[in-house]
Amino acid sequence: MSVSHDISPLIRPRSKILTRFGREVNWGDFAFRRLTALLAALMIAALLAMIAAMVHGSAESLRTFGLGFVSSEIWNPVRDVYGALPFIYGTIASSVLALCFAVPISLGVAIFLSELAPAWLRDPVGFLVELLAAVPSVVYGLWGIFVLAPWLRDTVEPFLASTLGFLPLFQGQQRGFGMLAGGIILAIMITPTISSVSREVLRAVPSALREGALGLGATPWEAVRVAVLPYARSGLIGATILGLGRALGETMAITMVIGNRSEISVSLFAPSYTMASVIANEFSEATGSLYLSALAEIGLLLFVVTVLLNIVARLLVWRVGTVPVGGRL
Amino acid sequence: MFARRDLLVGLVLTLVACKGSQPAPAPAASEAASAAVKKDEGVSLTGAGATFPYPLYSKWISEYNKLNPNVKINYQSIGSGGGIRQITANTVDFGATDAPMNADEEKQAPAKLFHIPATIGAVVVAYNLPEVTSPLKLTPEVLVGIYAGKIRMWNDPKIKADNADAKLPAKDISVIYRTDGSGTTAVFTGYLGKVSSDWKEKVGVGKVVNWPTGLGAKGNEGVTGQVKTTPYTIGYIERAYASQNKLPMAELKNKAGKFVAPSIEAMSAAADSVEVPDELFVSLSNSDGDAAYPITSYSYLLVYENAKDAVKGEALAKYIWWGLHDGQKFSKDLDYAPIPAKVLAKVERRLKELRSGDKKLLSGA
Repeated sequence: MSVSHDISPLIRPRSKILTRFGREVNWGDFAFRRLTALLAALMIAALLAMIAAMVHGSAESLRTFGLGFVSSEIWNPVRDVYGALPFIYGTIASSVLALCFAVPISLGVAIFLSELAPAWLRDPVGFLVELLAAVPSVVYGLWGIFVLAPWLRDTVEPFLASTLGFLPLFQGQQRGFGMLAGGIILAIMITPTISSVSREVLRAVPSALREGALGLGATPWEAVRVAVLPYARSGLIGATILGLGRALGETMAITMVIGNRSEISVSLFAPSYTMASVIANEFSEATGSLYLSALAEIGLLLFVVTVLLNIVARLLVWRVGTVPVGGRL
Repeated sequence: MFARRDLLVGLVLTLVACKGSQPAPAPAASEAASAAVKKDEGVSLTGAGATFPYPLYSKWISEYNKLNPNVKINYQSIGSGGGIRQITANTVDFGATDAPMNADEEKQAPAKLFHIPATIGAVVVAYNLPEVTSPLKLTPEVLVGIYAGKIRMWNDPKIKADNADAKLPAKDISVIYRTDGSGTTAVFTGYLGKVSSDWKEKVGVGKVVNWPTGLGAKGNEGVTGQVKTTPYTIGYIERAYASQNKLPMAELKNKAGKFVAPSIEAMSAAADSVEVPDELFVSLSNSDGDAAYPITSYSYLLVYENAKDAVKGEALAKYIWWGLHDGQKFSKDLDYAPIPAKVLAKVERRLKELRSGDKKLLSGA
């Protein structure tokens, strides 16, 4: 017995319009494609407009200081002399420090939640971690002023100085406020981002890989190490980059704890300053066109630094992604 | 497809055209009529500027609104620099600033702006010394020394000299400064520059300076927070923040050689001892007078002498007039000093000069 139906009457006739090539296309598809393309174009236009506005705004500073702006350490609004190096250093150093704290913690959280935690615990804990991302940054900043900084000053920094004080990293006056406090605050703020994205990445690893490793006699830790992590590498780097992006642009919380001194010091106890902070601090009261222009150039530099780091990250993901997957015991 | 696209384009253009063809603003002939209509609807004034007098201005606004419900005033405390920029760009009806506009800024203004002294505030030196109970006494030299990083320990002989009874600890002085651009910093560095030519040359005077030492905190609340939580710190803040947080305030040695606490009376004494010139702005820092507190400052409102909109101009002039008379009684509770009577007389004359075209705005007052 053969079953043959003519199904064409079941399909609703669709409105058709002609493309310029004479093919018939669906009007809804056509409109949808154009609409989404327009939205994408809007984002690009906004980005280009932003770059143009920043270049235009910083024209005077670019003319006056040239490349010296990036390498000069002096920021003195009274004398109208501006250099951005301490801010560039502070931004990158605090973000990298934050990653040093946040990446191991986030990976641990993500591995626990996706591989080891009992099923009933996964969702509540995951939800709580994500909730941390919703706390406003000014709350983190106030916590930094009233809890973190005094604790660092009275407990952590004296301990570090007495045990690791031979390293230049842990020398100098212990004030609580400074690079260390800034790095910790940023780490707390980016941990939810990195861990929740990492968790999703780990969840996407095919369970055949895990089961294979376990079936070959691997312990849970070995299965994670040889089967899961290598497969998820590029995704995990992506999650880290997302966290780095947030750390670079964070303003409020870090301004409240980093000490806001335009100085470059190796010590983690010393105060520092970030690009986003100096703009937030000084823009509202900046008078004088060169001053405003220098602040606009800091904004431009922050943009350049962010783009450069993203390109590096992209290359990293690319390289890692093309390496054959799989680890060795 | 072309037909549809044309249709879309046509639609968009039609929308744009509709928007463009909305009735144009009423011509000058019917101005009086439209003004009357506006009066019934109420007047809305916006201002922006200094954060320093914000608690007082917001009190004025709420009290004035109770008396005149049809006048709505909105003041944004975005900082003196922002206030000057916005009034210059004509995006607000009045500005407010702690430091008078400099020549450059006045040049950028499209028309003549009046400085109206509205209140008097003080910047105090607050500190956190658990061991010291009686107020610390500081000379200008010592204060400059601390902020220049030359006096580094609390038990420095120079501090001890004026505080023989105090148990000064052998601890590092932790200097805190304002990191965001602020009129408070301008007033404080203005004083340091006045008492020390060395400071004026090496560091300078301004809303943001390159501090030789210390930690930067954001806003009055930031400095207050750091001084409050960190032992052995010293910082400069507006008086209201120190008194509300019960921080000890140093007595400063004034020009007459007396140590003076930052009381409202001492602020008034500083204002009394300085003659106000015709442009109505003058520095009160390090003024003469036995009882004068040395880091005192006027805070100014900025208004155009010739208001573009007569209705708004009149409402604004009346509001300022009220603030300078009835509004002054709120000063003391909020840690400001009232404008002295002889200065008020000058300010009144200036307010009566406010006009819109040929029309004086305060003729009825």
